[in-house]
Amino acid sequence: MTPSDNFDDLRDLYQEVILDHGRRPRHAERLTEFDATAKGDNPMCGDRVQVWVKFGSGTVSRVGFEARGCAISVASADLMAETVQHRTKADTRALFESFREMARTGICPACDARLDEAIERLKPLAGVHEYPSRVKCATLPWHALIAALDGAKEASSE
Amino acid sequence: MTKPATFDVERIRQDFPILTQKIRGKDLVFLDSAASAQKPRVVIDAMVRAMETQYANIHRGLHWMSERTTEAYEEARDAAAALMNASGRSEIVFTHNSTEAINLMAHSYGRGVMKRGQAVVISGMEHHSNIVPWQLLRDSHGIELRVAPVTDAGELDMEAYEALFADGKVGLVAITHMSNVLGSVVPAERVVKIAHANGAKVMFDGSQAIVHRKVDVRALDCDFYAWTGHKLYGPTGIGVLWGRRELLERMPPFMGGGDMISSVTYEQSTWATVPHKFEAGTPAILEGIGLKAAIDYVQAIGFDAMAAHEAALTEHALARLGQIDGVHIVGRAQDRGGVISFTLDKAHSHDVATLLDRQGIAVRAGHHCAEPLMRRFNLDSTARASFGIYTTHAEIDALADGLIRVREFFT
Repeated sequence: MTPSDNFDDLRDLYQEVILDHGRRPRHAERLTEFDATAKGDNPMCGDRVQVWVKFGSGTVSRVGFEARGCAISVASADLMAETVQHRTKADTRALFESFREMARTGICPACDARLDEAIERLKPLAGVHEYPSRVKCATLPWHALIAALDGAKEASSE
Repeated sequence: MTKPATFDVERIRQDFPILTQKIRGKDLVFLDSAASAQKPRVVIDAMVRAMETQYANIHRGLHWMSERTTEAYEEARDAAAALMNASGRSEIVFTHNSTEAINLMAHSYGRGVMKRGQAVVISGMEHHSNIVPWQLLRDSHGIELRVAPVTDAGELDMEAYEALFADGKVGLVAITHMSNVLGSVVPAERVVKIAHANGAKVMFDGSQAIVHRKVDVRALDCDFYAWTGHKLYGPTGIGVLWGRRELLERMPPFMGGGDMISSVTYEQSTWATVPHKFEAGTPAILEGIGLKAAIDYVQAIGFDAMAAHEAALTEHALARLGQIDGVHIVGRAQDRGGVISFTLDKAHSHDVATLLDRQGIAVRAGHHCAEPLMRRFNLDSTARASFGIYTTHAEIDALADGLIRVREFFT
């Protein structure tokens, strides 16, 4: 390593926002008051996540999570908790579909314009599409969240 | 053991065409040989040559092509027998991989020879492939499964191992010869001696060990030994179960089909002699031919030279990685091969592997199909670097430098 090393070759997937939220997640907590909770488990790599959801009137009012996994999965869980807050359940599902498409392909041409701001926030994670084995790291927390919305206890990534 | 002057790693690297590949514009540093090794030109050529010049189904054709191909395939058995110092080709059962060899053992020896109420001993550092077949046997056949624990250093706890035999119920020990996670090599002779003194047979899972040292089944005095071709620089799809002939003869077939019978009527069938009794259907003919080329290749280099090279690499890697703040090496066995698992503070092993990959360095990350061992060390996963005969000291330096960058990146 040289003092001038700015890690350009390492940053395409690990952008600053991912490193930041991976290191210091804002929503990594078990909610004491919640309406639904579900776990996600990826047996292939050992990633584990649990999400707790508090509903408002027809909306997701708050999400907290605990994750054991890589920086990608923790950052993804944290950005998910942030972007779904105060969103209707229907929009949360739509955002999940958009995010999943983005994680798989890097783009989201059919994304709902109403979700633009949230999509923009999640875009740093789109880099996982170049790493097929890492896509599920990013989508696992979302699968757990959707399972919680569905009233299920467990989710596993596809 | 001194390093013979004949071992020239640069010369060996030229035998492996894939090593000239660039990854993301960088030289490939391949440190994942324990998962599957790269293939030398002689293996590639042997398989291509067979397909181009000498190929037909074996053991049945009365024509020239079939006879020549049968001969080539059976020569692979001779090569495998010589590699292990087995007494002959009749003791070499070809399977598709180690996993199938162990499943064959659990099925044919476990269900066919062992008695309800007996126990199988495995260790705390097995690959899932040497755990799950025995669980299936336990649940279907009333066989108890016992686990010999591993010490904090990552070695087999020999005292605890010996204690497992006290009630005389152990019929079989099925144990790794070398851990795919920790690199630890078990004291195989003592393992066998204790088992035999207590009336139990021993099968080694030699998937890793066969690559790293000379395996002599007669010197080990074991009863079965399983390994796979693709880790020994051979093709995928072919593995070996060596067994003492008298034991193989007592075991019922594993799968039914063509090639494994002596005669078939609707009332009854009789079995072919060993090893064919265990080989139903058209086998992996080309892979057998490729395996023979791989065995010839490593035999020509010599296990002493390969082991010395790897020991030097491992020592260098332990020293380099050990100097990096935040790197923790998992397992400190005295006797070990070229497989090193480690963790890095502040970075998950998957992040480590991806960030090393960005620098052209291929390592494995995860639980390495050994979840119980991971739990033993309170880990979810590790990164693992593993070495082959083509690995260089410079590649280990690249790993160490790459890890320092990953650590800085995450700090």
